[in-house]
Amino acid sequence: MHRDSERHKLFSRRAAMLGGGKALLLSTLAARMYYLQVVESDRYKTLADENRINLRLLAPPRGRIVDRFGRAMADNQQNYRAVVIPEQAGDLSITLDLLSKIIPMGDKDWRRILREAKRKRAFVPITVRENLSWGDVARIEVNTPDLPGVLIDVGQSRNYIYGSEAAHIMGYVAAVSEKEISGDPLLELPGFRIGKAGIEKVYDMQLRGAGGSSQVEVNALGRVIRELARQEGQPGNEVRLTINLDLQRFVAKLLNDESASVVVMDVHSGDVLAMVSSPSFDPNMFNKGLNQAQWDTLINNEKSPLTNKAISGQYSPGSTFKMAVAMAALEKGSITPETKIHCSGSTKLGNAEFHCWKRGGHGAVNMEEAIEQSCDVYFYETARRAGIDRISAMGERLGMGKSLELGLPSEKYGLMPTRKWKMGALNEPWQMGETMIAGIGQGYVLTTPLQLAVMTARIANGGFKVFPRIVVDEDGSDSEIELESIGIAPEYLQIVKNGMNRVVNGEKGTARKARIPNAGMEMAGKTGTVQVRRITKSERETGVLKNNELPWKERDHALFVGFGPVENPRFAVSVVVEHGGSGSAAAAPLARDILLEVQKLALSTPVPALREANSKDIGKDGGEDVA
Amino acid sequence: MLHNNSFVQSQMSLGQKLLHMHWFFILLLCATATVGFAMLYSAAGGDLDPWASRQMARFALGLLGMAVVAVIDIRLWLRFSYGVYFVVLALLIAVEISGFVGMGAQRWINLGVFNVQPSELMKVAVVLALARYFHGGSIEEIERPTFLIPPLLMVGVPAFLILRQPDLGTTIMVVAASIGIFFAAGVRIWKFVLVGVLGLVSAPIAWFYLLRDYQRARIMTFINPEQDTLGSGYHIIQSKIALGSGGVFGKGYLMGTQGHLNFLPEKQTDFIFTMLAEEFGLVGGLGLLALYILLLFYGFSISLSSRSHFGRLLGMGITITFFLYIFINIAMVMGLIPVVGVPLPLVSYGGTAMLTILFGFGLLMCVHINRDLTIGRRDSGDDF
Repeated sequence: MHRDSERHKLFSRRAAMLGGGKALLLSTLAARMYYLQVVESDRYKTLADENRINLRLLAPPRGRIVDRFGRAMADNQQNYRAVVIPEQAGDLSITLDLLSKIIPMGDKDWRRILREAKRKRAFVPITVRENLSWGDVARIEVNTPDLPGVLIDVGQSRNYIYGSEAAHIMGYVAAVSEKEISGDPLLELPGFRIGKAGIEKVYDMQLRGAGGSSQVEVNALGRVIRELARQEGQPGNEVRLTINLDLQRFVAKLLNDESASVVVMDVHSGDVLAMVSSPSFDPNMFNKGLNQAQWDTLINNEKSPLTNKAISGQYSPGSTFKMAVAMAALEKGSITPETKIHCSGSTKLGNAEFHCWKRGGHGAVNMEEAIEQSCDVYFYETARRAGIDRISAMGERLGMGKSLELGLPSEKYGLMPTRKWKMGALNEPWQMGETMIAGIGQGYVLTTPLQLAVMTARIANGGFKVFPRIVVDEDGSDSEIELESIGIAPEYLQIVKNGMNRVVNGEKGTARKARIPNAGMEMAGKTGTVQVRRITKSERETGVLKNNELPWKERDHALFVGFGPVENPRFAVSVVVEHGGSGSAAAAPLARDILLEVQKLALSTPVPALREANSKDIGKDGGEDVA
Repeated sequence: MLHNNSFVQSQMSLGQKLLHMHWFFILLLCATATVGFAMLYSAAGGDLDPWASRQMARFALGLLGMAVVAVIDIRLWLRFSYGVYFVVLALLIAVEISGFVGMGAQRWINLGVFNVQPSELMKVAVVLALARYFHGGSIEEIERPTFLIPPLLMVGVPAFLILRQPDLGTTIMVVAASIGIFFAAGVRIWKFVLVGVLGLVSAPIAWFYLLRDYQRARIMTFINPEQDTLGSGYHIIQSKIALGSGGVFGKGYLMGTQGHLNFLPEKQTDFIFTMLAEEFGLVGGLGLLALYILLLFYGFSISLSSRSHFGRLLGMGITITFFLYIFINIAMVMGLIPVVGVPLPLVSYGGTAMLTILFGFGLLMCVHINRDLTIGRRDSGDDF
């Protein structure tokens, strides 16, 4: 018993030690609990919220692009997508099999879907096909009971209502590329599109709007349990263009895939009423994603459908430049309107011979007659007297050789060459012959169709420095614009305008076949035919080849600039048909149809004054039906 | 004659025995189990199904079983303690063999009516066997190293089998509880130190030859959980987030985001304490800990107040086992020790653990009922 009690004592001692040890360990637990739940609690609370709260961006609807009357040119279309949720589909391959009987699926689609199904969580919808037709949607809806897990999902996609007819103005949207990701989280949304060209690019920020957000609670698998808060985004702003949709479509149809471009402008406000570059492309294709074949077709087309020729195409203005030459000489005083110059068909400078387009020559012509008949010899001489620097300066005052700040990407500057420019650029002195060539708008002189339209508008509106614009500033800050004068004496302008009138309406006018018979809608203008190849001496002797005998690429560019009506002009137009042949045959009839249409439209549609220019004081009734 | 007193005690009627049960202890048990039911209800998203209702039924059955164990004469337990041990050991070996045949981890054995985990039962069986062995040893015998060889085998064989299953958590519990009994039985402290040093030396061997890859990963993860946030470390990190975000008063019952949104792994079993601490905060966690401390305290006092060495060792062994469940589970979910897969006693969902614990507490009650019975060192109940 003694031994037993000793054993008991030992046990009690050891038990006490064990008890102490346990108490110590349990206090560690309590201390740890205190540390986690009190000391570090805030940190863990944040972590718990980060765990469960997921911020989801909501893409705002992209702003519409409308014409001057508010008619939609680009809007957003419901895009019906067939999606499949693997979790609900049961056997995915059976469901896909059934679905493929409604919407055909290639092997590639099939593999992609199965691959995504493997990679993503089972409740994440996988897109089977986008841009479903109504028929497809209806067929899927009807067969819903046989297609478990297949849903129709509605998204928004950009829709260019008039497709190729306004493609170069609109530009297009496409998926965001890696290097465009700028920190705006919207750009990282799958399926988000941004403007890549045209108005869509320049006004991307306004059109884009601000993204909304939805705070959702998710579980550990990422499945959304419920929405905690929602902040609606700001839809993109509407962008209103100065374009008249009817005119734009009329011109687009008129050009009929000819390699050509047209700019129609209001001569007082500068509003671009139509701007067409042809051939065109369907911007909707970029939105849906181009395949390689489509892309190759666009890129390899020698008529470059992706280029907006109206602002990016640089052409020698040819004879349409003669008004600038005439006014430069008049201003210098080196010639008077009545000065007659004899044209024998060619003129000489040293050994070089400069030809007139008319082999026999025009005889003695004054300025108006020279413009009417587009006499080259007259303008070789006039240019020689004015000098290149004055001619180029006049060209710039008329809006050529510099940016017009239209605000569309890839607007080209053209070139108004000077002696200083040539020294700087080519390190060669200017030659007199080059001045004479410039006198008929060839050689170094380069302009864009937009610049030609502006030049015409500035002549037509009485010498005011109008600038083109294509977007209406909705804040109205420029509803009233003060136009500066370009400082040309009205009588000089009148001489040039008379000459342009005679081009169309005169007995010997180069565009007399394109006159507008409607009273009060008559057009004035100037033809231009630009050589794109060198005519050799031998060819000139054997007879210059006719355009239709030449391969397309070597044919002349056909140009025409015009305004109408002759009395109190309101509209200016420039037409460039690449390799179209002669200006009088290929370009002038187009200009006639366009100027007639725009004037008819102005009569039938009450045109709201988007902005008024004080230059209308010159063109007496300019504002009559504008109000 | 010598055991006159014991004779009187053994004559207690069933009614007397029930009256001598530690009813406050049972009340505490019920309170703790109720916490478990509430948390299982919450874990199911506010539903008795699938866990809470089954857990209640098991607890009720378990209490009944506990009463049966408690009213059986303690000398019968003493007599059959080796028997119980060897039956459980046989089951363990059977599991090992069937596991070997099945070429995979096998912990369960089908007894027809229900499945049991022999390794779980071993936690109590080894306590019974050691209590009986040391009950029969005098102070002098305990001093002899050779005397310690049989009990070491008693622990070592099942521990090795369980480790091979592989079940690190249970192995640790069996070994640690046994160390506790060796200690309480009076084995010299320097011997523990010696074994400890040997253990440290052999640790690298265990690391490379005994531990499975996933067990090594768990230990590595424990050392630096942030390194592997989507793999093994995920559990610990999410558990700490749940605990920490609960704060002092918690997020409210049924409102724990970590648990209900499934960030918390195994929330109805090993990580149920985390769920409690998330929903009821520090207050709730300490509250449950207080219940456990009370249970441990009474278990301790029952052990100390027993007049038989077998009773003392048995009570102490059960209490230590219970303590180990609590400590390992809570320390594990709080990131203090590696995740080894030990449930929270009476609260975690699971049948075998509940059975084991209530079987253990049945023995503890038995010790309490027979607290005044003295049993001689040589008396192994054979004369009963």
